[in-house]
Amino acid sequence: MKRASSLYLTNETGIPWKNRAPLLTAIDMELTERCNNRCVHCGINQPEKDAAARERELGTAAWQELLRQAADLGALTVRFTGGEPLLREDFTELYLHARRLGLRVLLFTNARLITPELADLFARIPPLEEIEITSYGMTAASYESVSQQKGSFSEFRSGVDLLLARKIPVIIKGTLLPATRHEMNDFIAWTGTMPSFVMFLELRSRRDSEEKNERIRQLRLPPGEGVRILSTQPDIYRRDMYRICRECEIKPTDRIFTCNQGNKLCIDAYGKIQYCLALRHPDTVLDSRAHTLKAYLTDYLPALRSRRSENAEFLQRCARCYLRSFCDQCPAKSWMEHGVLDQPVEYVCEIAHEQARYLGLLEKEEQAWTITDWPERLKQLADRLQ
Amino acid sequence: MSPTLDTVYRHSEDVISRFVEGELLIIPLVAGIGDMENDIFSMDETGKEIWTRLNGEKSAAVIIQELEEVFHAAPDVIRADVLGLLDELARRRLIIAVEKPV
Repeated sequence: MKRASSLYLTNETGIPWKNRAPLLTAIDMELTERCNNRCVHCGINQPEKDAAARERELGTAAWQELLRQAADLGALTVRFTGGEPLLREDFTELYLHARRLGLRVLLFTNARLITPELADLFARIPPLEEIEITSYGMTAASYESVSQQKGSFSEFRSGVDLLLARKIPVIIKGTLLPATRHEMNDFIAWTGTMPSFVMFLELRSRRDSEEKNERIRQLRLPPGEGVRILSTQPDIYRRDMYRICRECEIKPTDRIFTCNQGNKLCIDAYGKIQYCLALRHPDTVLDSRAHTLKAYLTDYLPALRSRRSENAEFLQRCARCYLRSFCDQCPAKSWMEHGVLDQPVEYVCEIAHEQARYLGLLEKEEQAWTITDWPERLKQLADRLQ
Repeated sequence: MSPTLDTVYRHSEDVISRFVEGELLIIPLVAGIGDMENDIFSMDETGKEIWTRLNGEKSAAVIIQELEEVFHAAPDVIRADVLGLLDELARRRLIIAVEKPV
């Protein structure tokens, strides 16, 4: 033996893959589109009691088979999301199945259905990932004006408390909404040392209701106000921006898929294999009842990822824009807003520009895709933030 | 209790071990394994050879003997290595000593 045997602690990014990284590193499972909230801004919330939606959902055995496939392909993490995944009566069964396959579980939930029994389970058999909980307001009035469900605020806070009492790690996510825009200080005070962040709104990823999309558009905060709220804690905001800034040196490209999705996949509630949670363009999905995850990864995905844009507006703007890491523009956002993969989304473009202006990367009237001295600007920003 | 040459170990039910792209990953199933709950354990090539032999039937002495044939190293080096790793694995509750039949 050349050296003493050793046992070492690691994590997903710290594993020294000697041969190659696994074909699949993580998978998202959207267990249901149903939700016990009816949030005014939400892109995916079929009614809780929607029997038709429930009937269409994959059954327990089908989810277990997909979990097995994911583990066999090397996945280390599964994200259970929805809708509200805890509405599934078989949630505990699926959770335990995933953990026994050696998968870490990332749970997205509104926490309303966290019971003492479920919290005890998470304490005894930990998910190994922080549970991500979305907050829709800091008072019953603001929360329930968003969730449109009486009593939902107290259930949400009770669920969070049950987890915290057992020292189960959570991340609290806030939403930028008219009803919550004045609650940022309260949100920061409540979350305290818990990891937390806030997010802008997306349209419905199923493109199934222009009426709801129009409502979501009306609820979107102006980019300038959103950035002002996000930068309420300037040190944290600038630190995050600096991290993004370091990843921001992007060369111009006409490729449509430039996101950091990596070797990940998503399954929707009805068994469709998707590139990511939000992208449901029919040209980008396969049915898991007819195709394996491996087939999607090896036979289908490479061609999808190599797609190049012929959209003149995309080529003039996004393909040349050095703010791509700041910007949420991606095929999924484009699909949600416009029904195609490569149309610039004005709202996310404006947010990226507003952030860049806040950081001093752009002057008021400048458009990022016309800037040629961006390497120097990024370096100056990095110097300022260090 | 430190392992002896007669001790027989098996993997604990409290962890899941997986080989992914040739790497051995030992993932806690229950709370309290490892230094932090979200840690994954791994091992070098020698460690993998030892881990795969911890089947609840082979004693440390048998494992040492088998590794002598695999690695062609000095017996005292292999012995120290195997007993050292078994001690570490047992201390972290990744393996369980099998009771000898009475």
